[in-house]
Amino acid sequence: MRRLAVAALLALLLPASASAACPELRTLEGELMCPTCETTLELSNAPAANQIRRFVCERAAAGDSNGEIKDKLVADFGPGVLASPPKEGFDLLAWALPLLALGLGAAAIAVLVVRWSRAREPELAVDEPSSNGRPELDPALEKRLDDELARFE
Amino acid sequence: MGQIAAIGLVAGLLALLVWKVAGGSESEVEGLRNGKTPPAPGFSLPRLGGGGKLSLESYRGKAVVVNFWASWCIPCKAEAPLLEQAWRRYRDRGLVVVGVNSQDLSSDARRFAKEVGWTYPLVRDGAGDILGPYAVAAFPETFFVDRRGKLVARVDGEVSEDDLASNIELALA
Repeated sequence: MRRLAVAALLALLLPASASAACPELRTLEGELMCPTCETTLELSNAPAANQIRRFVCERAAAGDSNGEIKDKLVADFGPGVLASPPKEGFDLLAWALPLLALGLGAAAIAVLVVRWSRAREPELAVDEPSSNGRPELDPALEKRLDDELARFE
Repeated sequence: MGQIAAIGLVAGLLALLVWKVAGGSESEVEGLRNGKTPPAPGFSLPRLGGGGKLSLESYRGKAVVVNFWASWCIPCKAEAPLLEQAWRRYRDRGLVVVGVNSQDLSSDARRFAKEVGWTYPLVRDGAGDILGPYAVAAFPETFFVDRRGKLVARVDGEVSEDDLASNIELALA
């Protein structure tokens, strides 16, 4: 039982110590793909993923920046090794299209909302304006007003 | 007008989905499993370690063993001496072995090839572009191409000496 507990503790501590020895891994593991399993490195324990992990740490120790490491991996594996496509050339479409779709969707919703609210508004009576520029009163209302005024005279 | 545009958009997206599902589901190579001899998907790939490109078509008239491998693949290392041995034994009868290195670091791949002592042609497909046409799901995977450029056999996983001998004879026939 004690051996099991020690083994479990070691299993928990080993990845932590690996990323402590190579802090670049912590950043790049989420930005790089495992070429054989179609997940990011952080989710994979495949041999190909471990090969890339080792390469990242070796290049980082040799002084390469994260960008340089990524460039070298793209040269070997193609742009598919990057978790998100580069923001240039044809790959820019992968960034632009969702934004464009979002914009078009928002515009469509706005148009629909305006049309719907207009359809629900009661139609206002459009009366001919009187000589003072205001719409004329309803004849029944006008008669009632005249009657009321006559009572005060 | 707006409705027509919306219907057109939905119809376009549906057509794209149908095309993708119908067209991308099965490689022609899968016909091998049903006893067919489909043409081997062509490729023109850079040689591992430089020195120009090598195309499969340039070996028309010869039998070709196409072996997919990577340096991190343990069975690839186990079968490596058998492939080298087969290349040396059959090359005078018109056999070529081509090793396709894929999904691998080129530096590791070169080191591996040197370590196992391969002397036959090796090419690089780092991004794995031809894995799809050959329907390769895992390494190693070995295909046998006859003199007319048709696939006559495949072996999934590590090859044995018997696999190599029988399938090479088939390809040379």
